[in-house]
Amino acid sequence: MKRVFIVGAGATKVGEHWDRSLRDLAVEALLAAVRDAGIDKRDVQALYVGNMMSGELQGQEHLGALVATWAGMAGVAAFKVEAACASGGAALHQAYLAVASGLYDCVAVVGVEKMTDALPHDVTSALLTAEDQEYVVFTGATFVGLNALVYRMYMSRYGVKQEDVARFAVHCHKMAVNNPYAQFRREVTLEEVMSSPPIADPIRLLECAPVGDGAAALVLCNEDFLKRSPRDVLVEVAGSAVATDILSVHERRDPLAMAGFRKAAEAAMKRAGIEAKDVDVLEVHDAFTVLGVLTLEALGYAPPGKGWQLVAEGQLEPGGEIPTNTMGGLKARGHPVGGTGVYQVFDIVRQLRGEAGANQVEGAEIGLAQNLGGVAGTVAVHVLRRVR
Amino acid sequence: MVWAESVPRVWRERAKKYRLLGGKCPACGSVVYPHRQVCPYCGSEGLQLVELPRKGRVISYTVIRHPPSDFVGKEPYVVAIVELEGGARVLAQLTDVKPEEVREGMEVEAVFRRYREQSPDGIIEYGIKFRPAH
Repeated sequence: MKRVFIVGAGATKVGEHWDRSLRDLAVEALLAAVRDAGIDKRDVQALYVGNMMSGELQGQEHLGALVATWAGMAGVAAFKVEAACASGGAALHQAYLAVASGLYDCVAVVGVEKMTDALPHDVTSALLTAEDQEYVVFTGATFVGLNALVYRMYMSRYGVKQEDVARFAVHCHKMAVNNPYAQFRREVTLEEVMSSPPIADPIRLLECAPVGDGAAALVLCNEDFLKRSPRDVLVEVAGSAVATDILSVHERRDPLAMAGFRKAAEAAMKRAGIEAKDVDVLEVHDAFTVLGVLTLEALGYAPPGKGWQLVAEGQLEPGGEIPTNTMGGLKARGHPVGGTGVYQVFDIVRQLRGEAGANQVEGAEIGLAQNLGGVAGTVAVHVLRRVR
Repeated sequence: MVWAESVPRVWRERAKKYRLLGGKCPACGSVVYPHRQVCPYCGSEGLQLVELPRKGRVISYTVIRHPPSDFVGKEPYVVAIVELEGGARVLAQLTDVKPEEVREGMEVEAVFRRYREQSPDGIIEYGIKFRPAH
């Protein structure tokens, strides 16, 4: 296997981009990543588009050829990769495999979602295409609701209070203040989170990642191709893994076990030759606060039922034990679904290059990004390492 | 609105949805709902078709206040994980109970109820909901 490097990274701000289409966002992020790499876009041999809902929300599929055309890259090998909210991470995994295999020298991945074209109930329905239509969506459950089932079990089993879990959202908003790409650059208080309206009990509005539009892109290449890029601080994709779990949480023997969390993380860390304690910056898929806390526990940073303590003690902030979602996470950077997995790595790349501004984690060398699809039915994990 | 309106899609699932037809794994003994060919836990094939017990208890539940488009107007409603006697788990709505009266561990029984309409002129979908056991 060839070593794989990230030479370019670009993104749009996450937000409600009423004046821009899915293709506008994808092209902007893709060209930004190519410019950042300092290469010619005609050097890109393959393009992987991470996206979940373009078919439902825009009636648009065939995104590989569409984005390639509008980016002036027609001719390139290109197709869409879909794995629900893990589409971006899955697309990056494909890009990684393409370079690691030796087939291509230089490829690009762009994760994109355009959510504000549709009405809220229709977005809720489109997100549900990630679940079992016949036996889960049929019941009227929503994704918030399915996570709420997990949340209630978690609080009952470990005697954890909702206030403690909800703190995760407060942390993310605090981090996003300094991220120019974030959807919500403002703080929220725990009182605001706890008094926001319930969406699916016990989950409240401000515990949920928002609906938004955005695209993020990366350019990946092998060691030989690096010579063509002017960059001196490089980021290596040291590990890349995707794992699945039984699709629907109610069918898992223990709905709190989140087997995919560990399976994907262990595979990616093994490939990179690291352990969880070596991670300097962590990006977790906090679509709902409880998922952030569960991930900290699954990766071994806290015992079961104690993940919230890391948040309360400020250990997730730069300078803490395990700086996490330092650019705002899904909650406040935003969660343009198919874009998220790529945004997470974009955020880590900025940390590893020392470009994270006020939220810089000093001396960060290793980052880990965890991207979930459905209620962790798919888990994509990437380990990034700074290479001098 | 249901994304993929289809009569055959509802028709072919009717026995499993109306009668709680599950599968029992010949290898590991797990009982799953609905019936299927392969055991999700051990991968063994040839699951035996079994009619599942109609009583169980609530493992976890939520109150849906912002529904998907095909359930708009029916909110708030309760969706729960119900563990049937024998261990199979079913995701279903609770009925004949106020959301604030639902508790984890609550004993429930299966009843046949209407779930949704595919469109104003479309097919009506029915299935099993659970109500407090008497």
